[in-house]
Amino acid sequence: MSRVLFNTLSSLLFLLFAFPATAESVRGGDLVVEAPWARASIGTSRPSAAYITIRNEGSSADVLTGIETEISSMPEVHEIKTNDNVSTMSPAGPVEIPAKDAVKLAPGGLHIMLIGLQRALVEGERFPMTLIFEKAGRVNVSVPIYSLGASGPEE
Amino acid sequence: MKTVRLTLWGAVVVASAAFLWLYTSQGSNQRFVSELSQNTDTLRPEFSLTDHQGNAVTEQTYRGKWLLVFFGFTNCPDICPTTLGELAQLMDLLGPDAQKTQPLFISIDPERDRVETMAEYVSAFHPSIVGLTGTETEVTATAKSFKAFFEKLPQETAPDGYTMGHTSAVYLISPEGVFVRTYSYGTSPEKIAADVQQRL
Repeated sequence: MSRVLFNTLSSLLFLLFAFPATAESVRGGDLVVEAPWARASIGTSRPSAAYITIRNEGSSADVLTGIETEISSMPEVHEIKTNDNVSTMSPAGPVEIPAKDAVKLAPGGLHIMLIGLQRALVEGERFPMTLIFEKAGRVNVSVPIYSLGASGPEE
Repeated sequence: MKTVRLTLWGAVVVASAAFLWLYTSQGSNQRFVSELSQNTDTLRPEFSLTDHQGNAVTEQTYRGKWLLVFFGFTNCPDICPTTLGELAQLMDLLGPDAQKTQPLFISIDPERDRVETMAEYVSAFHPSIVGLTGTETEVTATAKSFKAFFEKLPQETAPDGYTMGHTSAVYLISPEGVFVRTYSYGTSPEKIAADVQQRL
């Protein structure tokens, strides 16, 4: 029941925050999800990536367990590891968001790999994405698309 | 029963040998990589590849220019576009000095990165970036010559079932074709620009 309430609440919050196109910060329970962005793609044949910062203001850890978005048939959190100037990428599995801490998905570290693009990611456009957390439930964000060579939302 | 047990033991031996072989070959590749920071004074990379316009090129093609070389693959959603975006920024930062430099993006995934793919990809970043690809043999020889590492990693969820691990540093090669240094992944375009400009 509380979960349903939670979901309704977060959906309502999403609606509240999503309408002004400039709002890039969304609250879901104890979590604040901010500065989402994705990389433009050339067509749909190759994967793209989305990035976001998740702040946990609560006193217990939460876990990002899944992602849903109409833009990708299989969005999945991947992690880059660089050792001795060699970089490799692998699925990250569930991502823990420690209490009173933040996890930043950014180039060179964690990213949401958008596999199986359903349409091209065009710079300047947006797409909806849902982050699914163990405790905070579903948090909806509107993701702006930056250039193919972008390295962060500050550009 | 005895046959089954013998077969199983046989399998164990084969698996162990395979593991050992993989482990040691991996190990030697890793050492190969770490040499980058050491015995590179006389490193003169050579290659014979095809550029994104379909021309056959070698290291001689670019003599006289400072080369900024990056190895990667177009299916790479994170490290490669970030670095190519930074190389594009670098070229803009260099202003008129950009004419003395040449950024090269060498594919270590020639199976998927054909000439047309490279053309479509590099031109999306900057008109000055040249994309190079070749046969698997040519690409392997190139990477070896640069003491760069790459490996094909099977991955169930990746497109075509695999991804690539690769050296993610940017190489600086002198106009005479001699290795100068690498910039590790994430070095800002401003830092690279300052370093390159003091050498021009």
